Amino acid sequence: MQRELMERIRALMDKGVADQVLAWKRGEFFYDTEPAILTKDELGEMVYDSFCGPNLSKYLIKEMPKIENKILALIKPCDSYSLNQLITEHRIDRDKVYVIGVGCKGKIDVDKIRAKGVSGITGVDENGDKITVHTLYGDTTLDRKDVLLGKCLFCKGKEHRIADETVGESEDTSEGSDRFEMVKKLEQMTPDERFSFWRKELSKCIRCNACRNVCPACSCVKCVFDNPNTGVQNKAAANEFEENLFHIIRAYHVAGRCTDCGECSRVCPQGIPLHLLNRKFISDINELYGTYQAGECAGQRHPLIDYTQEDSEPSIVHERGNNG
Amino acid sequence: MQKIGVFVCWCGSNIAATVDVKAVANAMRSEPGVVYSTDYQYMCSENGQNLIKDAIRDYKLDGVVVCSCSPRMHEATFRKTALSAGLNPYMVEIANIREQCSWIHKDMEEGTQKAMVLARAAIAKVKKNAPLTAGTTPVTKRALVIGGGIAGIQTALDVADAGYEVDIVEKSPTIGGRMAQLDKTFPTLDCSACILTPKMVEANQHENIHLITYAELENVSGFVGNFTARIKKKARYVDETKCTGCGICTEKCPSRKGLNAFNMGLNTRGAVYIPFAQAIPNVAVIDTENCLHFKTGKCGICQKNCSAGAINFEQKEEILERKYGAIIVATGFRPIDASAFDEYAYTQSKDVVTSLELERLMNAAGPTGGVLLRPSDGEHPKEIVFIQCVGSRCSKDAAKGKEYCSKICCMYTAKHAMLIREKYPDTNVHVFYIDVRTPGKNFDEFYRRAAEQYGVDYIKGMVGKVSVEGKKLHVQGSDLISNEQVHIDADLVVLATAIEPDPTARSIGTMLTASMDTNDFFTEAHPKLRPVESPTAGIFLSGVCQGPKDIPETVAQAGAAASKVIGLLSKKELVGNPCVAHANELLCNGCSQCEKVCPYGAITYEDKEVRGPEFRGTKRIAVVNEAICQGCGACTVTCPSTAMDLKGFSNNQIMEEVDAICR
Repeated sequence: MQRELMERIRALMDKGVADQVLAWKRGEFFYDTEPAILTKDELGEMVYDSFCGPNLSKYLIKEMPKIENKILALIKPCDSYSLNQLITEHRIDRDKVYVIGVGCKGKIDVDKIRAKGVSGITGVDENGDKITVHTLYGDTTLDRKDVLLGKCLFCKGKEHRIADETVGESEDTSEGSDRFEMVKKLEQMTPDERFSFWRKELSKCIRCNACRNVCPACSCVKCVFDNPNTGVQNKAAANEFEENLFHIIRAYHVAGRCTDCGECSRVCPQGIPLHLLNRKFISDINELYGTYQAGECAGQRHPLIDYTQEDSEPSIVHERGNNG
Repeated sequence: MQKIGVFVCWCGSNIAATVDVKAVANAMRSEPGVVYSTDYQYMCSENGQNLIKDAIRDYKLDGVVVCSCSPRMHEATFRKTALSAGLNPYMVEIANIREQCSWIHKDMEEGTQKAMVLARAAIAKVKKNAPLTAGTTPVTKRALVIGGGIAGIQTALDVADAGYEVDIVEKSPTIGGRMAQLDKTFPTLDCSACILTPKMVEANQHENIHLITYAELENVSGFVGNFTARIKKKARYVDETKCTGCGICTEKCPSRKGLNAFNMGLNTRGAVYIPFAQAIPNVAVIDTENCLHFKTGKCGICQKNCSAGAINFEQKEEILERKYGAIIVATGFRPIDASAFDEYAYTQSKDVVTSLELERLMNAAGPTGGVLLRPSDGEHPKEIVFIQCVGSRCSKDAAKGKEYCSKICCMYTAKHAMLIREKYPDTNVHVFYIDVRTPGKNFDEFYRRAAEQYGVDYIKGMVGKVSVEGKKLHVQGSDLISNEQVHIDADLVVLATAIEPDPTARSIGTMLTASMDTNDFFTEAHPKLRPVESPTAGIFLSGVCQGPKDIPETVAQAGAAASKVIGLLSKKELVGNPCVAHANELLCNGCSQCEKVCPYGAITYEDKEVRGPEFRGTKRIAVVNEAICQGCGACTVTCPSTAMDLKGFSNNQIMEEVDAICR
């Protein structure tokens, strides 16, 4: 598929559709992929394999002022939601992007392979539902679905919500999972249990800001946590507890706009299930204002900045808030 | 360093009894930036204000903190005080140590501590205040009345008489409202229609009044003096300009299934109908649910018979967009649904009726032609039981009913009882009551006449159960005075059902951002001193939408609301609020979220060349039209990057206040 994709990109560039492509290139290890803007000459560096988990949509924002013609962007089905959301928020100019919807059958989490006791990994071969992991100590065969990224287990489906063309086949890897299962468990906890759950999780935070930096919704020109004039910058680092609030404030900032792309939890080096904060918001929005999926199409107006007669009354929101 | 003056008010004993005002003043003296701090018995008095003025001059104050009552009371007073001493009025902050402190605390120690905290928060805020200057906006000299009942009609007439144009939007096909359904009115027993219809006609003929019937308010934007309303005029399928109101179509219509809402559904009407004889406008309307043409595509008898050619099945709804300076809410009420009170067998027997149904049964234009007959078999009822407070004055934790008193039921029940005894002296009338409430001119005399002269049997106590036994209704109640059970086999039972705000009120309240109480009655700006104004500027309240009231009270309130509206519309321009939003273009993402939440449409976007540390180049940024912005702050809390900020209530000021409180 990588070759097919590369040929198509080259053909598009030859036609003069664009001079650059936003794609993935290899990082330090074979399982490391990183976003990259590549020209035709650099196209050889491009990779597309089962380790291309990163959501590329956000990286278009910075390119916007520089682009005169168009840029090609490789967008997986789940990433297409983020792209739509950013187009809605006028952060990305749709006319400047040629979207190639790339097929995705779920991306692999190398940490999950390691968690199976496999070390010294040198390469991976895929064969349908199975993967063969080559290591310094020989080969191991694993079920592909057991080593998928956490976000792929709640796959939003194989459809690209925005694309000028698509290359490759996609697969829905959700297998009918309920993404709100853990949210419901948290809701059933007593407030004290829930508090200690989050204290335990959030106290792992080292404030590396990876979650914020990767989040397509966290794309402010200047983040409030980087802005000394807001007065929250220092507060969020004042003590251990206020540092926890960083994540809660962040969840509020992306509420209604979060597409549940799962990047925050994917990049967290401490393994904090940050996506659960966002999912709680999504589940509340669904319950109070009707089912809503951010980024389903460009130009949406999310329920928190919209009003319809059917909206729950504030008193109901308040009541449920008390019970939840 | 700034020079702040702190002025602690005793408010007589209102504050001083629970807050050690001297201790507060002393403590504030040592706060950084405070150069003067004092206390006084009544800061709002002339002497108190002079104290502030003198201190501003003597100490060259550049910020004033008044620790007193709610800013809703005297913020304007103290701003004017500052202005007259040469200080920008927006350099004044109020610490509310009365409503939010002394009135809710009993312990002096606690109260004093809290007052100090509140004062510190205000000092912290005032340090970040900046002088502001208010702009002015013009006033649209036109009023919108929502609801064409007696309240709306009266307000419209009074405003129109003062020379201003008024539009009445009425959701039903005719104006008149509930009053049109009443037979007689208490305590004078004059015919309701006879006193209402002249007003309806006057409203219709008034050169300044425009009736928009069979229409609903879709959306309201703007602010005091400059509202824009979108009104949806529903399709009548009858051309208002052609229909002569002859009524031939209503007679020829073969469909007879539609319930006659004017007669509380006690009889049916044609699918094309004129609500009642005196309806205004006297124009028919087609009810598409029952019209054979709309259901089957056939029929069209009305069209064939209309000599004016007014029937138009192709008519479409129409959207009107109009500008108004003031909006008057007169949405009125409806009786609650009595079927929730099944202990009174309302759903089991046709002979259990609500009082409003009884009005129709007794009215000459009603289903029985004004002869009181049982709905079930058309016989004259000989034993009638009235049950008061059905759904009114229920306890807070009751599964159904309202906590409030509906106010009008005691009097209309006395009226019904009296009228029945007058017309049918052979009929026994019993009234079960909790209390009989008759505060009003000639009200108690009226009630006593019913009980004493007309022999109405008033029984203090409630009815436990009404059961259907053959043709009779077995009423089981208690008489609390003689302390015994009462059993009456009645022919007719009348429920004095509670009244509740019209169901459209809630959405209208949301549209207007006018606050409502838990019962969906509109809240007045001040329960005693501003009873006809909503806390939202430019929105006025008329009639039962604000709380239960009878016709004279409604008319009085309607007139009061009109006088407030006239006061507003007669102004050349309104002084605006300088506490408006503005966007920091370096921080703005251009994401449009603020634009979406702005209820006034004050935010637009433009591409602008920006040179900042994070971004250089052309960027989409939000621009606030300060003349339109009302300073509600919705945009500031929506903005994820704090680019949007509110003058006078900046994010930093609020953060400083919070910090001062948490210190």
